[in-house]
Amino acid sequence: MAEPRSTAKGTAAEAVALISNAARARTNGPSAPLRERLIEVGLRGCGLLSIFTTASIILVLAIETFAFFREVTLAQFLFDTQWTPLFVDKHFGIWPLVSGTVLTTGIAILVALPFGLLAAIYLSEFAGQGVRRLLKPALEMLAGIPTIVYGYFALVFMTPILQAVIPGLAGFNSLSAGMIMGIMVIPMISSLAEDALYAVPNSVREGAYALGATRLSTIFRVVVPAAVSGIAASVILAVSRAIGETMIVAIAAGQQPRLTLDPRVPVETMTAYIVQVSMGDTPTGTLEYRSIFVVGATLFVMTFTMNFVSQRLTRRYRSAV
Amino acid sequence: MRIPTILTCLMTIAFLLAASCGGGGQEGGIIRIDGSSTVFPITEAVAEEFQKENPARVTIGVSGTGGGFKKFCSGETAITGASRPIKPTEIELCGGHGVDYIELPVAYDGIAVVVHPDNDWVDHLTVEELKVLWQPEAQTKVVRWSQVRQGWPDEEIHLFGPGVDSGTFDYFTKAIVGEEHASRGDFTSSEDDNVLVQGISTDGLALGFFGYAYYAENSGKLRLMPVDDGDEGNGAGPIAASPTTVADGTYQPLSRPIFIYVDKGAAERAEVQAFVDFYLRNATVLVEEVGYIALPKRAYDLVSERFTNRVTGSLFAGSGSKVGVTVEDLLGGT
Repeated sequence: MAEPRSTAKGTAAEAVALISNAARARTNGPSAPLRERLIEVGLRGCGLLSIFTTASIILVLAIETFAFFREVTLAQFLFDTQWTPLFVDKHFGIWPLVSGTVLTTGIAILVALPFGLLAAIYLSEFAGQGVRRLLKPALEMLAGIPTIVYGYFALVFMTPILQAVIPGLAGFNSLSAGMIMGIMVIPMISSLAEDALYAVPNSVREGAYALGATRLSTIFRVVVPAAVSGIAASVILAVSRAIGETMIVAIAAGQQPRLTLDPRVPVETMTAYIVQVSMGDTPTGTLEYRSIFVVGATLFVMTFTMNFVSQRLTRRYRSAV
Repeated sequence: MRIPTILTCLMTIAFLLAASCGGGGQEGGIIRIDGSSTVFPITEAVAEEFQKENPARVTIGVSGTGGGFKKFCSGETAITGASRPIKPTEIELCGGHGVDYIELPVAYDGIAVVVHPDNDWVDHLTVEELKVLWQPEAQTKVVRWSQVRQGWPDEEIHLFGPGVDSGTFDYFTKAIVGEEHASRGDFTSSEDDNVLVQGISTDGLALGFFGYAYYAENSGKLRLMPVDDGDEGNGAGPIAASPTTVADGTYQPLSRPIFIYVDKGAAERAEVQAFVDFYLRNATVLVEEVGYIALPKRAYDLVSERFTNRVTGSLFAGSGSKVGVTVEDLLGGT
C-alpha cells in the first residue's frame, strides 16, 4: 500500500515544478506573447461565466421572492402547516414541502451512508489494486444513470416489492423514492470518503498496529476518526444532492404536500412542487407563478448552506492532513 | 430559365409577405386552431389524418377553453376547441370583434370516478358525498373514509385528481361543488392523467377522477364508481360511466358534449371547409380511437348539416350545459 502513495508524492512534486514554471512565465508580464494573454482572457471568461450565471439566478429568485412576500406575509409562510397556493383555500406554509424533502433526503442518507462508507473503507483499506480498479468505476457508474430512470425504477420495481412487505404502503411514497435516491448518492459518499480515508498517513496506521490494535479496530478507532471531517463533507454533499434531486421524487414520491414523517404515504418535495407548477400553464406574474420562485429560493438557501458547510469541513480536513 | 426563377422568387416573397402581414387565421394554407386540452387529442388525430391527403398545414395550440375563446373571438384562430359551451361574456367578445361562430358538438366526454380494485366497501357514490369530499371546506378535515359515509372503514382516504389547469378539474368542480375551481387542495394533483392512474391502481385507500378515456384504457387496474345524482329524471339510482350512459345523458352530472367552434368568415376558405368536413366525416372512428365517446351517426349528420347551412350561434344560448339532453335532441330541434 506504500507504493501508490510514494508515486502520488512523485506526481505532486512534478506538478509543483510545472506550476512554478508557469508562474515564472506569468511574471514575464507584458512581453508574454499575445496568444498567452488571449488564453488567459478566455479562461477568465469561462470562470466569470459561472459567477455571472449564479448571480443572475440569485437575482431572479430574489426579485420574484420579493414580489411574493408583498402579497403573503412571512408569518403565513413560516407558521402555517398547509401548502395549497393553487387552490381556493390558499395556504402558504412551506413546512409540508420542507418535510417532504427532509423525509426523502433522510431516507436516502440512511441508505447511502452505511453502504457508501463501508464501500469506501473496503476500497481504501482492504481491496487490492485489481479489485479497486474494477469496483471504483462500477460504483461511480451509479451516479451516471439518468435520474428519470431511477424514478421509474423506484415506481415500478421498488414500490411493488416494498408493498409486498409493508402493508398499507401507498403507490407513491417517500420510502421507495428515498431508498432509490440513496442508491443514487452512494458514489458521492463512497468516492469522497475513500479519498479522505486514503489520505490518512500510513504512519497513523502503523502507530496503531504498534500499540497492538487489530486491523478492524485500527480502521474504526483510528483511521475513520482521522478522516471524519472528509467523510462529513462527503455526506453533506450527498445531502445537498438529495435535497435538489427532482425526477426521482417527482415520479415516485407523489404530489401531495403533506406535513408528515410517515414514509408510507405520498408526499411532495420542494422540487416536485416546482415541476408540478411548471408543467401546467400557470400565467406569469401570478401568485401561483411566484410561489415556485419562493420554493426555489428556499431550496437554494438550503443547498447553499450545505455546500458552504461542506467546503469548510473539507478545508479543515485538508489542513489536518 | 432565368425569368421563371426570378418569378418564383418574387412569388415566394409575395407569399411570405402576405402570410406575415395577412393577420391570423387568414393566410393561405394554414389552419390555426387553439382551445381546450380535452378536445385536443381528437383534433390532433383528425389533423394528422387530414394532412396526409391535404397540403394545408394545421397548427393546434392548447390554451384551454377560455384562452382559446379569447384568441378565437379576436379573429386570431379559425377554429377553437371547447369542453363546455361558449359563455355569455365570450359571446359578447366575439360580437364585439364581428366574429360569427358555428358551434359544432364533436364528441361526448365523461369524467370517471374510480377506486382501487381491492376496495370492497364502496358500491357507489352520491353527488352529495363527492361534494363532502372535494369541497374546499373539506381540506384537512375530511380525511377518512368513515367521514364520507357511515359504515365505511375508519381508514385514511387518499385522493387523486387532475391539475388545476385542466378542463376536467374545471368541469368536475363546477358539476360537483357548484363553482368552477372550488376544491380542496390536499390531494395528489397532476396534469398527467397517467400519474393518477398509477397512483390509484397502487393504493388500496385511493379515490380519484379523470377523463373516461383514461379509465377505458386502464379498466383492468381500476374500479369504476357509479354515481347517483339523486335525480330520477335522468335515470334512477347510481349510474356508471359508459359509452351508452354518457351518450344518452343519464351519466349525470359528470358527462358533457365537447365542441369545436368555427369562425364563419374563416369557414369560407377552402381548406378550413375541407378540414371541418373531414373532421365530421371521420369523427366516429377517430373520436373512439383516442378514447372519447362518439355521437350517434344521426347526430353527426345533423352537425354536418348545421355546418353546411352555416348556422351560427349557440344551442345553449349562453346558459351553460343542459343536463340530460342529447346532442341529437338539441340539433333536431333547430
